Amino acid sequence: MSANLAETMPRLLPLAVEGLGYEVRGARLIDAIDLRLEDPGVTVVMGPNGAGAGRLRWNGAVVDQAVRSRQALVFQRPVLLRRSVRANVEFVLRLRPGERHQTAMHWLEHVGLADVAERPARRLSGGEQQRLAMARSLALEPEVLLMDEPTASLDPASVATIESLVDEARQLGTKVVFVTHDIGQARRLADDVVFLHRGRLMEHTAAATFFNEPASSAARDYLAGRLVL
Amino acid sequence: MQDFAESFSLAFGLVLAADADLLEIIGLSLRVSLSAVLISCALGLPLGAAVAMGHFPGRHALIVLLNALMGLPPVVVGLLVYLMLSNAGPFGWLQLLYTPTAMIIAQSILITPIVAALSREVLEQLHDEYDEQFRSLCLPPHIAVAALLWDARYSLLTVALAGFGRAIAEVGAVIIVGGNIAHLTRVMTTAIALETSKGDLALALALGIVLITMALSVNAAVMGLRASAARQAYA
Repeated sequence: MSANLAETMPRLLPLAVEGLGYEVRGARLIDAIDLRLEDPGVTVVMGPNGAGAGRLRWNGAVVDQAVRSRQALVFQRPVLLRRSVRANVEFVLRLRPGERHQTAMHWLEHVGLADVAERPARRLSGGEQQRLAMARSLALEPEVLLMDEPTASLDPASVATIESLVDEARQLGTKVVFVTHDIGQARRLADDVVFLHRGRLMEHTAAATFFNEPASSAARDYLAGRLVL
Repeated sequence: MQDFAESFSLAFGLVLAADADLLEIIGLSLRVSLSAVLISCALGLPLGAAVAMGHFPGRHALIVLLNALMGLPPVVVGLLVYLMLSNAGPFGWLQLLYTPTAMIIAQSILITPIVAALSREVLEQLHDEYDEQFRSLCLPPHIAVAALLWDARYSLLTVALAGFGRAIAEVGAVIIVGGNIAHLTRVMTTAIALETSKGDLALALALGIVLITMALSVNAAVMGLRASAARQAYA
């Protein structure tokens, strides 16, 4: 990663979330969450399956258009265009001024996909597809990178690659919000942890605090591997 | 059966001899139907995309209407266009009746609902898949629509093909607004109808064979294109 790229990254703003709710057809999945995410680092959002963590979305009503254009999302299942690997990255670069081909190749090299740049994106393996989704998001040079269980269905080698890419993004000053149900992964990545249970915010503390002295009984049970319903 | 054998040899004879009248009829058929396909794609694809991606009152009713209009009877379309273009009609002053232009208009009306309804289905599926990603990127609508149309291009080619198949094969609309005038508005289907009514079944059948061969070749070409795209995982 070139040093000058890091310097051109825009300065991060603390991200404030107030009264975040999320409803699907009347069922309230996320309820009135207030949250303040300070830069820098990786915030891991976790909770027992079904707690709402995997449902977290940054609602347009809460985060406005201007903020949204400075964030990038990586989904659990990457949605790739029916085009070549390189064209997928170039497509999002169209939203930014500047040269596209070289920039796309730079980010493909960054995620180790430069040699398959001309292959159809949907012919890639699951791990490669997620790396391409990462390259596409990173190419936007977002201030905030939101990742919704990006490694949920990947093999360990691919998980390691994604995690190292997350780590590099953090070192570049990108704020990463990472949703996962994998406690081991949370331990590896988290600077701070947001713990959700039944759609409510139970705790938001530094990673060391959360893993060593969880405040809520739900978090204690969850970390101890007990079923939390 | 003797008719069939005779017709096949006659058909080959006509094609091999590159009979000028036959070539003229084939040429006009292709010109009219391909123009109608282009026009109905220009109208039907944006309409299909708008219905696929839009949220507006009456959307569901519009989908039902488009699907129903796919089965428009050609003679009824022909009759309506005839009424519009006849001297007593509102567009009589254009003097378009019994011209290839009138035939193109009639076929465009016939197949625009087909293109719109089928492309709506194709694009809605793709839109469902891409929507979350596109919204996360804050894509302006025109870029999103262009991306959908481009990524669905091979499926949309099949849609256009369905419209072409309908247009090239119909006789009811073109015979009413075109009039089957030799060297002016005679196309394959109207020629077949004429030869049949004259009792020259062999010639009618020969023309039919040429027509079917044309339709098969166009289909095969498009399907081949699509299959190669599918192998590339672009479709």
